Amino acid sequence: MMGARKKQKTYRFQGGVHPPEEKLTAALPTEAMPLPEKIYIPLSQHIGAPAVPVVKEGDRVLTGMVVAEAGGFVSTPVHASISGTVTGIVDYPHPVGRNMPAVVVESDGADKLDEKITPPPDINSLTGEEIREIIKNAGIVGLGGAAFPTHVKLSPPKDKPIDTLIINGAECEPYLTADHRLMLEHPEKVIGGARLLAKALGVTRVLTGVEKNKMDAVQALTGATGSDVAVVPFAVHYPQGAEKQLIKASVDRVVPAGGLPMDVGVVVQNVGTAAAVYDAVTDGMPLISRIVTVTGPGIRTPKNLRVRIGTPLSEVIASCGGLAPDVRKVILGGPMMGNAQFNLQVPVIKGTSGVLLLTESAAEVLQPGPCLRCGNCVRVCPMGLTPLMFARYTELGMFDEAAEFNVADCIECGCCAYECPAHIPLVQYAKYAKAEIQNRKRKAAG
Amino acid sequence: MKDVYLITSGPHVHSTDSIPRVMYSVVLALLPAVAVSILFFGAAALMMYAISIITCIAAEAACQKIMKRPVTVTDGSVLITAILLAMNLPPSAPWWLVVVGSLTAVVLGKQVYGGLGYNPFNPVLVARVVLLISFPVQMTNWVSPAPLFSGIDMVSMATPLGEIKTELLTTGAIDLARYNYFDFTVGFMGGSLGEMSVIALLLGALFLLYRGYITWHIPVTYIGTVFVLTGIFWMYDPTSFANPVFHVLAGGLVLGAFFMATDMVTTPVSPRGMVIFGLGCGILTVVIRLFGGYPEGVAFSILLMNAATPIIDRYTVPRKFGYTRPDEAGGAS
Amino acid sequence: MLSAILTLAGLGFLAALGLAVASRVFYVKMDPRVATIADILPGANCGACGYGGCGAFAQAIVSGEGKIEACSAIDEEGAHAIADIMGIMYTESEKEWAVVLCRHTDGGVANTFDYVGISDCRAANLVGGGPKACPSACIGLGTCAAVCPFGAITMSADGLPIIDPNRCTACGVCVAECPKNVIVLAPVSSAVSVHCSSEDKGAAVKKVCSTGCIGCGACVRVCPFEAMTMENNLAAVNYSKCRVCGLCVSVCPTNAIRDHRDELKVRKIAVIGDDCNGCTLCARACPVDAIAGNPKEQHTVDPARCIGCGICADQCKRGAVSMITVDNTEDEASGPATVVGGGGR
Repeated sequence: MMGARKKQKTYRFQGGVHPPEEKLTAALPTEAMPLPEKIYIPLSQHIGAPAVPVVKEGDRVLTGMVVAEAGGFVSTPVHASISGTVTGIVDYPHPVGRNMPAVVVESDGADKLDEKITPPPDINSLTGEEIREIIKNAGIVGLGGAAFPTHVKLSPPKDKPIDTLIINGAECEPYLTADHRLMLEHPEKVIGGARLLAKALGVTRVLTGVEKNKMDAVQALTGATGSDVAVVPFAVHYPQGAEKQLIKASVDRVVPAGGLPMDVGVVVQNVGTAAAVYDAVTDGMPLISRIVTVTGPGIRTPKNLRVRIGTPLSEVIASCGGLAPDVRKVILGGPMMGNAQFNLQVPVIKGTSGVLLLTESAAEVLQPGPCLRCGNCVRVCPMGLTPLMFARYTELGMFDEAAEFNVADCIECGCCAYECPAHIPLVQYAKYAKAEIQNRKRKAAG
Repeated sequence: MKDVYLITSGPHVHSTDSIPRVMYSVVLALLPAVAVSILFFGAAALMMYAISIITCIAAEAACQKIMKRPVTVTDGSVLITAILLAMNLPPSAPWWLVVVGSLTAVVLGKQVYGGLGYNPFNPVLVARVVLLISFPVQMTNWVSPAPLFSGIDMVSMATPLGEIKTELLTTGAIDLARYNYFDFTVGFMGGSLGEMSVIALLLGALFLLYRGYITWHIPVTYIGTVFVLTGIFWMYDPTSFANPVFHVLAGGLVLGAFFMATDMVTTPVSPRGMVIFGLGCGILTVVIRLFGGYPEGVAFSILLMNAATPIIDRYTVPRKFGYTRPDEAGGAS
Repeated sequence: MLSAILTLAGLGFLAALGLAVASRVFYVKMDPRVATIADILPGANCGACGYGGCGAFAQAIVSGEGKIEACSAIDEEGAHAIADIMGIMYTESEKEWAVVLCRHTDGGVANTFDYVGISDCRAANLVGGGPKACPSACIGLGTCAAVCPFGAITMSADGLPIIDPNRCTACGVCVAECPKNVIVLAPVSSAVSVHCSSEDKGAAVKKVCSTGCIGCGACVRVCPFEAMTMENNLAAVNYSKCRVCGLCVSVCPTNAIRDHRDELKVRKIAVIGDDCNGCTLCARACPVDAIAGNPKEQHTVDPARCIGCGICADQCKRGAVSMITVDNTEDEASGPATVVGGGGR
């Protein structure tokens, strides 16, 4: 207890913005959502190869049963989040914008847990290797949004020694409070998961980063931890929760351009991932649900909900009182980096941290004006890039010149477009430039 | 309930910043200096501002209509051009001078390049320099302040910089004892309409710094360079060179450093680039003032550095986060 | 005064000397044919030839590496002129043009969402696959029109690219840049195309588009030359077999197949000459009953009914039937079509 009181020094990262926090749901306890009638489990909810189905139409499945196995090393299995019957494997709308294969399960209302789900006999004697295996079989991916298979992150190559594990509780996006509620309601899971992850990696230095607008969570976590996991409050500054920025702010190490955190000996995991790891190891529960913040001026009753993976968005919205009459934008994720959706049938997937409904006035998109070369975008870019330059070159189709301005290092955080007085869609230009540069490389390679 | 939603790329929220907000903030920042100039020069000043504003707005609207572009006169940028242009002319300027200047600034300085954001040179300075070279007499007919309702007529009076240049040529030495620096700060001296009151200008500049629309890099570097360089020459020979405080307060340096050299469109975007820009402006201003044919070098030096902005930008791309020198690259790809 | 004149004259002389020396020392021996050939080339630098630009291509031709046939933008006269300069053979290749395999006009394909962002199809494609309800639809923001080096593409009022056959040189830039890959190159002579790229089943297509291919197969059944294929619910024209008769166009229930013969000036009709001996083989073979004539008497083709398929010409053993190109761009109701060009079958 005493050790955790020692104040950890935090550092600053360059750039960043401070959008209004709008944490409408911060004080609302997480509610369990009523079971959906049908769930649609996409085979591709993570970075890497899509999962390969092991069930077929007509099969009966129980909650927590594997419905699709990992499709490769960088891949994870996918589990049924309710019990029922498989009605088919169809092309179904996916949050990414097009139809993709999904396993459809019709609920039998019983939510019967698979008998095979049992906790391992002696948790404390598990080796790092065994922990990784449990994580892999539980289908755990990065719940911060990137959805990278966790067991792969925990298996860095031998020439990249890891000495620090950082648990990311920053939740720097406005509106989202899913991680906040998790830390408040189940701090023991977060800390317990952190310890398991540390064991899997073989590190002793663990710190949990939380933004200062969640001091109650800091208290809760500090109460649940010992001297082995430090809880560090950070300044409220977007994008505090971005991997590279968080590493710089906590241990003052700079991840090299084009590199990964393991290049500086660090692994970062979201608090939700840590809690899921705890559940998987202590109860044997695979990843079948997550906390989702449903918020924004466009929803009647904002809530923090525990949602089963695969629940259609329309049902999530319905359990929050439905949409306000002038809803204009439906966003999965936060307002800075989330993806706008056009189809309310898309399911909640492993990486869905929030559903943000914006009304006409909140979603107002102004006509872009000419670039004033004001330099706001240069000042706020956390990666030290020059967005106005590569946006202008991209507009002219000069992708080679755009590449010279390091567009490949853009993390698409949205700080530049947020501050641009001319309302130029700088992030879209960055994505466009990156896609075209990749295209041309591929075509040139033949 | 609408079935069709709006899809854009992120981010889906935006700061309150917009082009009109930036522009009108600059107009607000100029108001103290405008007020002082009207105070000191009365009806003549009001006329100049009025003519300038009307001509500039009309010229921009006409150009945009003719070039089939959307008419954007309400975004505030042309208002800034109009006010700054008037501030750069002598208070005795005849109405036609103001009109020619306005047309030059808006048409030749801005619209032919494609409008806001595309001009390589500061439009106000383009106009000022064109007028200076075309109408040298009218552009150097400096007058003493004739405040509103004072009944005083405007009398010809040289600017401090002009005076010391003439003095140097005629007597070979400068006598600065007669100058009252308080007058300079408040603005009771000869000069262009808006350049005189240092206090009023600084007030406006502080507001812009607070809002974040200008940064300290260019003004501090510019004024600092002028101060240091003139200081070096003054220390070497105090009779032939004026002291650095004089150089900072007299002439259009404060106006130029805070409001013209910080024009976003024509100056570098990176902090390092801005410092180089300020340095260049400072050196050129000092060279022109001390060794050139004109008593004042601010307009020319800023225009010359505007021309250098693209190459400064090219070579001062900020270091990206995680930049590794090629020899250090090692394991990271 | 004198010294000023001498100084300036001296400077001028030195500068001239410097230039003369430089032009000798830095002289690059260039084959004069390169410049002449570069002049003849269209100068659009479209890159269809595979080289960086017309200048690079001219050098490649002279060095023997490049084949004149690689340039799709050059006209015949120019190509032959280059062939003469180089003293090589030039074989004329089939003229092609770009065809947009989507026809979402007249409210054809609905928008699934309101898109606000960069006005470029490639950029819009990154945002949810583009705003059209059909995943294979043309996005319609005009990237093809913007990249066409010959200005051959204009966008219609409802966001569909219109290709001008007189300007299109089949350079292929639009084909490469279209993010939905709905533009293809097709031979001009085979002026019939299926303007749809959707492989969705008929019901799904009908839900989102009124002019898409629903995979009914009517075109496959009606084609007398087996030139229509149906794969993955999408019809396609086999250009080696298509005789451009236009029967498929008339039976397509959604108007997905269109006829561009008049636009491309390749409409043909049959004309029966004096060698006809009245064997009636042609009349019996004609799929639209356009040939009239009593047995053993001169047969005639009704130009208003003839669809130019050429089956009659195939049947005639005496070579009495010839296919001629007509220009139908005037009012169809007024009299017979004007004969534009002669030619064998």
